[in-house]
Amino acid sequence: SPLQQTQSYSSSQQLRTGPVEFPARLREMEDVKGSDGLGDTELRLGLPGTSTATRSAKRALPEGDEESHDELRRTSAAKAQVVGWPPIRSYRKNSFPGRKVEAEAAAGLYVKVSMDGAPYLRKIDLGVYKGYKELREGLDNMFKCFSLAELSRREGGSGSEYAITYEDKDGDLMLVGDVPWEMFISSCKRLRIMKGSEARGLNSRH
Amino acid sequence: MVRGFGWAAAFPDEVWEHVFSFLAADADRNAVALVCRAWHRIERRSRRRVFVGNCYAVAPAAAVRRFPEVRAAAIKGKPHFADFNLVPTDWGGGAEAWVEAMAEGWPHLEELRLKRMVVSDDCLELIARSFKNFGVLSLVSCDGFSTAGLAAIAANCRNLRELDLHENEVEDNCLNWISHFPESFTSLVSLNIACLEGDVNTSVLECLISRCPNLKTLRLNHAMPLEKLVSLLQRAPQLVDVGTSKFSADHHPELFSKLESTFAGFKHLKSLSGIWEAGPTYLPAIYSVCESLTSLNLCYATIQSPELLKFVSRCKNLQRLWVMDLIEDNGLIAVAASCKLLQELRVFPSDPYGVAPPISLTEHGLVAISAGCLMLHSVLYFCRQMTNAALLTIANNRPNLTCFRLCIIEPHTPDYISQEPLDAGFSAIVESCKDLRRLSLSGLLTDRVFKSIGASANRLEMLSVAFAGDSDAGLHYILSGCKNLRKLEIRDCPFGDKALLDNASKLETMRSLWMSSCSVTLGACRQLALKMPRLNVEVIDERRGRPLESWPDDFPVEKLYIYRTVAGPRSDTPPCVWTV
Repeated sequence: SPLQQTQSYSSSQQLRTGPVEFPARLREMEDVKGSDGLGDTELRLGLPGTSTATRSAKRALPEGDEESHDELRRTSAAKAQVVGWPPIRSYRKNSFPGRKVEAEAAAGLYVKVSMDGAPYLRKIDLGVYKGYKELREGLDNMFKCFSLAELSRREGGSGSEYAITYEDKDGDLMLVGDVPWEMFISSCKRLRIMKGSEARGLNSRH
Repeated sequence: MVRGFGWAAAFPDEVWEHVFSFLAADADRNAVALVCRAWHRIERRSRRRVFVGNCYAVAPAAAVRRFPEVRAAAIKGKPHFADFNLVPTDWGGGAEAWVEAMAEGWPHLEELRLKRMVVSDDCLELIARSFKNFGVLSLVSCDGFSTAGLAAIAANCRNLRELDLHENEVEDNCLNWISHFPESFTSLVSLNIACLEGDVNTSVLECLISRCPNLKTLRLNHAMPLEKLVSLLQRAPQLVDVGTSKFSADHHPELFSKLESTFAGFKHLKSLSGIWEAGPTYLPAIYSVCESLTSLNLCYATIQSPELLKFVSRCKNLQRLWVMDLIEDNGLIAVAASCKLLQELRVFPSDPYGVAPPISLTEHGLVAISAGCLMLHSVLYFCRQMTNAALLTIANNRPNLTCFRLCIIEPHTPDYISQEPLDAGFSAIVESCKDLRRLSLSGLLTDRVFKSIGASANRLEMLSVAFAGDSDAGLHYILSGCKNLRKLEIRDCPFGDKALLDNASKLETMRSLWMSSCSVTLGACRQLALKMPRLNVEVIDERRGRPLESWPDDFPVEKLYIYRTVAGPRSDTPPCVWTV
């Protein structure tokens, strides 16, 4: 019996996350729904000109980032086409973190910036910067009067021993620069410019 | 052998009534009513509670006539799949017919519970005026009314004890409806307004709470700011069940300590819900109640795993936990270690359309829970991957499961390690869990799983199937087995005419059958309707405008809802619904 084939499944087993498949479902669902003649207008996965993938095949990976981004969007849009699936109540769809991030992005990503030793804080809009380099330059400009380099020199270190850290959604203090920029601006809640001596605990490539 | 049941007359009716009063279950009372005419008469005059699982199964006037002394009624309307927008909004389930009949025939009605029905403000006003001793109004997943209707209830129901509004769509056109409770009104025991969108006047609510000493349950809505929530809750330290409003705000030390002391004052708190958008800032303020909680609903709390874990693992006496998948496998492993009394677990998807980076919630979390929580009997679990091995383990660990609803988000997902269908896993569940009453399937499934279900799921009462099976055989296995099946709902499966017609008589033993995006033709529906006069066979089609009669037999039916009824075809069908 199937029960006798049970494998032992202790919780100390290493967590494995398997590949998340995106099989092409739409074609099959269309067939099941009956002849509507809508086959020509349906969304498909895979490169143009190829037929839809079979049930257990992974999705075809097109070349170039742009195309895979497009495909991801199409996949998401295509998924949203299935009415009533997954089976969740409609009001639940309005309370997801993803939606909240979008709303914040529209309004400007203002975060407070504090600097150790400075008497007052500043506020910056993370949305105006293209990446980490621009952010550092912006902060440098902003806190010029307190002279970042001078601050660390007075403490006995070399000219560039300060660290820009940030508080993320979970309230943890993180070093700026580790994660992709997009991920950073969506999770950064406030910035803190720390003295180099305090920052030594955080692992860094810089 | 006793002849003629003359012994029934040996005792006066009151004695039998008293004996019957010990029978709580409807099934038992129904059985009693079939013994002899005397018992039928005595039973029907003494029945106090009525449950109508399908509002169209019996005519309201008939129900009211048969049981003239009812004090509590519960009625359900739309099919379950209405929750997921599969049922047209104008399908039916209107409450007027029932409320009018009840107003006429049950003037002493005290409790009314409606689920998935369309309730108008007029209905609410009629309820408010008609029942002098009205005490309990519960509306679950209903729509069609506004806060103006609630104002009528507040103003007129002098002895109202419970107002339970759960997941309804309520139009907000009367902002001050709460102030319609008169100053003399003090009987409130339970108030649940969690589903209301608009602001509620906090000072009026505070007065209300202060003058209702018996208040045990208070579930507020999202809109109330945290400071107002705190001052409100301070007035009712006797609460047993609290649903908070929005649980996030900028950090203020005074607010934090006020929140902390308010919750520390709850000596009897057992159930906590709400906690919308909770961040790590304020959650630690309420750690003091964790130990006493038996029910925790965090399914709107978008807090991440570390904070969530810290909170939930303190709740050592938890029996029911509803949570987002943000808890992740690690969180569930911690729950399995800490919450040894857990009976019910529901894990909801935070990102059902898969646009954000994936969460680390897999089959491992559920397996850990099944191993660690020996009293677990009810599961609802949304995830993205599963294996037969995991399901086998769960089945082996928890043969006491009564409700197992697994939703693997992507349809047709196989066992991600073996690439096999999940037939073996779900078969193990039904074979091991002999008391299973409710089952929802998902993932890649062939007809084989239905063979197991039909053969083994003897106590199964409700089955939900989506994107599964290969052929009619699948449906045939279910309908020819599953002795106790009451509700069957199916979508997007290749099930068709033959299985339906071969098992026509089975359908009269069930409450209802829903089939959408399957392979049923109109011809089969016509045959079925002809063969089974006590079934309403409703064909639902929103696409075409032509009347049903003009369509050919081979026309594919988009949505089908079949239910047994003694009331005949209903008279309130909208344009998109045809009773065949």
